[in-house]
Amino acid sequence: MSNLTKKQRMEIKRQVMPVQDPKTRIKNFEEVALGYNEETAILEAQRCLQCKKPLCVEACPVGVRIPQFIKALREKDFTLAVQEMKIKNNLPAICGRVCPQETQCEGSCIMGKHSSPVAIGRLERYIGDYELAHRTCPLQKTTSTGKKVAVVGSGPSGLTCAVDLGRFGHSVTIFESLHVAGGVLVYGIPEFRLPKRVVHSEVAYAMDCLGIEIKTDHVIGRTLTLKDLTDEFDAVFIGSGAGLPQFLRISGINLNGVMSANEFLTRVNLMMGYLFPEYDTPVKVGKRVAVIGAGNVAMDAARCSLRLQSILYDSPCEVYIIYRRSRQEVPARQEEVHHAEEEGIVFHYLTNPVEILGGNNGEVKAIRCIRMELGEPDNTGRKKPIPIPNTEFEIEVDTVIVALGTSPNPLIFIGADELQRTRHGTVVADPLTGKTSLQKVWAGGDVVTGAATVISAMGAGKRSAEDIHRYLIG
Amino acid sequence: MKGYRILHKEAISDVTKLIVVEAPHVARNAKAGQFVIIRIDEKGERIPLTIADYDKDEGSITMIFQEVGKTTTQLGSLKVGDIILNITGPLGHPSEIQNYGSVICVGGGVGIAPIYPIARALKEAGNHVISIIGARTRSLIFWEEKLKAVSDELVVCTDDGSYGRKCLVTEPLKEILSDTKRTISRVWAIGPAIMMKFVASTTEPFKIPTIVSLNTIMIDGTGMCGGCRVSLKEGAKFVCVDGPEFDAHTIDWELLLRRLSYYRDEETYSLQRYKHKCNLDNL
Ligand SMILES: Cc1cc2nc3c(=O)[nH]c(=O)nc-3n(C[C@H](O)[C@H](O)[C@H](O)COP(=O)(O)OP(=O)(O)OC[C@H]3O[C@@H](n4cnc5c(N)ncnc54)[C@H](O)[C@@H]3O)c2cc1C
Ligand SMILES: Cc1cc2nc3c(=O)[nH]c(=O)nc-3n(C[C@H](O)[C@H](O)[C@H](O)COP(=O)(O)OP(=O)(O)OC[C@H]3O[C@@H](n4cnc5c(N)ncnc54)[C@H](O)[C@@H]3O)c2cc1C
Ligand code: SF4
Ligand code: SF4
Ligand code: FES
Repeated sequence: MSNLTKKQRMEIKRQVMPVQDPKTRIKNFEEVALGYNEETAILEAQRCLQCKKPLCVEACPVGVRIPQFIKALREKDFTLAVQEMKIKNNLPAICGRVCPQETQCEGSCIMGKHSSPVAIGRLERYIGDYELAHRTCPLQKTTSTGKKVAVVGSGPSGLTCAVDLGRFGHSVTIFESLHVAGGVLVYGIPEFRLPKRVVHSEVAYAMDCLGIEIKTDHVIGRTLTLKDLTDEFDAVFIGSGAGLPQFLRISGINLNGVMSANEFLTRVNLMMGYLFPEYDTPVKVGKRVAVIGAGNVAMDAARCSLRLQSILYDSPCEVYIIYRRSRQEVPARQEEVHHAEEEGIVFHYLTNPVEILGGNNGEVKAIRCIRMELGEPDNTGRKKPIPIPNTEFEIEVDTVIVALGTSPNPLIFIGADELQRTRHGTVVADPLTGKTSLQKVWAGGDVVTGAATVISAMGAGKRSAEDIHRYLIG
Repeated sequence: MKGYRILHKEAISDVTKLIVVEAPHVARNAKAGQFVIIRIDEKGERIPLTIADYDKDEGSITMIFQEVGKTTTQLGSLKVGDIILNITGPLGHPSEIQNYGSVICVGGGVGIAPIYPIARALKEAGNHVISIIGARTRSLIFWEEKLKAVSDELVVCTDDGSYGRKCLVTEPLKEILSDTKRTISRVWAIGPAIMMKFVASTTEPFKIPTIVSLNTIMIDGTGMCGGCRVSLKEGAKFVCVDGPEFDAHTIDWELLLRRLSYYRDEETYSLQRYKHKCNLDNL
């Protein structure tokens, strides 16, 4: 099959991703998308036209060598495919699963103009899973430089930065405030989208190969300050993310049954609340759940709610997404929205909450909403939602989960007033290098951009690692 | 092995235990009024406990806790040499200690433990310290001598009259505040939420600044979940990062009490299941 003509390649249909049946999967937390097998992966890889000027690569935030890895894959040289991948992306098993491919690599794939884009993300996941199982491409350390670098936060930006610095031969210590490493990958994104074993395996592998030390239970700003780190280390990278939840300023927001998506997802994912009482942390969800927002976080909260309901209740339950714009503007990954719809989540578009109503017991009883319409585009280019007068109505609910975005947690900045920040609380850093206004300090990922994506955080970690390396050996 | 070793353990009353744990990273910067989040093992929940004392040289911290549910009961069953898997801290703001003049420190139940270092620091700062401690019954009163040593006056009360005065802590508090010969500048109160609520309503008519240390339900303790939020007159605050100490007169106590009981059914179930398992293991 290696010598197909262009026409023949274009005739191959995009390979379908096998998934767990929606009726079954809403009763468990196991992975929804099951992954290609070797045969479908190779067939899908045959669809790539090996463009001379690959638009897909330009649209990938880290410039993954897409045609090269796909070529190696379809020639069954999996080891080479992994090597090609890892030149730009250390964590393909993760990105292949969670990147918003439709707005990045696949969104620009030339095949999309003809029929449907090459399933780059799924192929990437295939390669990533192959590497997890076989470890053909060991992380290697060059001779030790004797330099010490501290990395704050063990999310995708911190992990990537630490791994690259480790490969350059620097001695790296990661400081993480939670009890496990992984950031949003372990406390936010649920098991059914990104199994924890993938993240744990990548973290353990980096520690083993490169001798990276991870100090969990260390909150920078409290346990140690940024100043302590700059005193002790030759350089510091801040990858502390954007973990501070925003609450709506509407009445009833502090009632029992109203929580941030961060709280809900932390209870479910990090603390394994869905396995209560075997695990100690309880998590509560009612029979009628409203999730406010329509980003990835909202989809995850909604789909976790649905699964918990099926564990907790025999009678019919409902989960609503309440979103003030329309289907077109939904910021979540397409695949998640599609899966959420398949699973039976009810979408209330052009709807905005105005008040949460409590019952006699002080728990949520209903949410009052107003209908919206879309007006002129605002300064972000998105159409501004405007309330339509006299259209208020109530939806009966017993749980409300607020998923309206997050900002950087300011704890880390305690005692670091000189570190320049924007009025949104994000760190000011050079977009090319991540260098901050503080000597010896770099930053990247959500703490600089505000809530963004896994791959952009990884890209930032990588760029900072290069710059830190230049600084340390320069 | 990963984790933090228990160096010393004492039973302070039937249900109140003291443990000293090796945690140099916390001891290094700890101050009175701060707390830690602990997780006993892989399946454990994260719970907050006040740093009752610390020893920077030994690299250890002391915690005193009451066995009220699954996690604290399990913690109470650990022995010297055992490991607590995770301890994060120090968290929260330290207490603000100054020379205010005459001050009252109220400690109820297990709240006697965290009120002690505050009373001690206030005394060292030159205040006239009046301490009032109380509990349901005699066996739950502890550290009377320690508090006496750092207080100019000490009142002990029990709900059932088995020791000291038979009254709630708010009674002597009100008497002292009503005494026109005295000027009290500030009151601290730590104990069950319901006690703190009544202390707040006792001091409010006298317009005396009153500081309470809130014990909301927490998960991360770093401002990430908002589960610990409390409703104040000026808006919602996160107890773990903005507190744990707040002006008692600005708190919406009803909401606080309701939020504390939100997981009661699950907590009760978890404790029963744990005790049942322990009984089986002991057969
Ligand atoms: C529920 C959810 C779903 C998402 N889904 C997707 C998706 O499908 N696709 C996608 O591309 N993106 C998704 N995102 C966004 C993506 O996860 C983030 O953009 C990305 O994780 C940011 O990486 P980071 O390294 O900057 O920070 P994080 O992943 O947030 O990691 C920061 C780490 O720093 C630690 N930390 C914070 N403060 C301190 C401190 N003071 N001291 C020590 N440690 C500290 C935190 O505990 C955390 O572990 C999702 C986000 C959420 C919340
Ligand atoms: C900042 C802070 C500092 C704290 N310091 C101490 C301390 O030094 N010593 C100590 O003993 N406790 C302290 N607490 C309270 C302690 O965290 C809880 O007692 C503990 O979480 C209970 O866990 P559990 O699993 O044993 O009980 P659970 O099963 O969670 O609860 C059992 C019962 O206790 C009640 N309860 C649960 N949490 C609390 C709470 N926070 N306050 C009052 N009642 C509660 C529940 O309603 C339930 O009826 C502190 C809390 C905070 C927020
Ligand atoms: S890293 Fe993400 S955007 Fe880049 S090629 Fe892979 S899936 Fe596409
Ligand atoms: S744009 Fe599409 S067809 Fe072209 S190289 Fe990239 S994946 Fe292959
Ligand atoms: S405990 Fe999570 S924000 Fe305070």
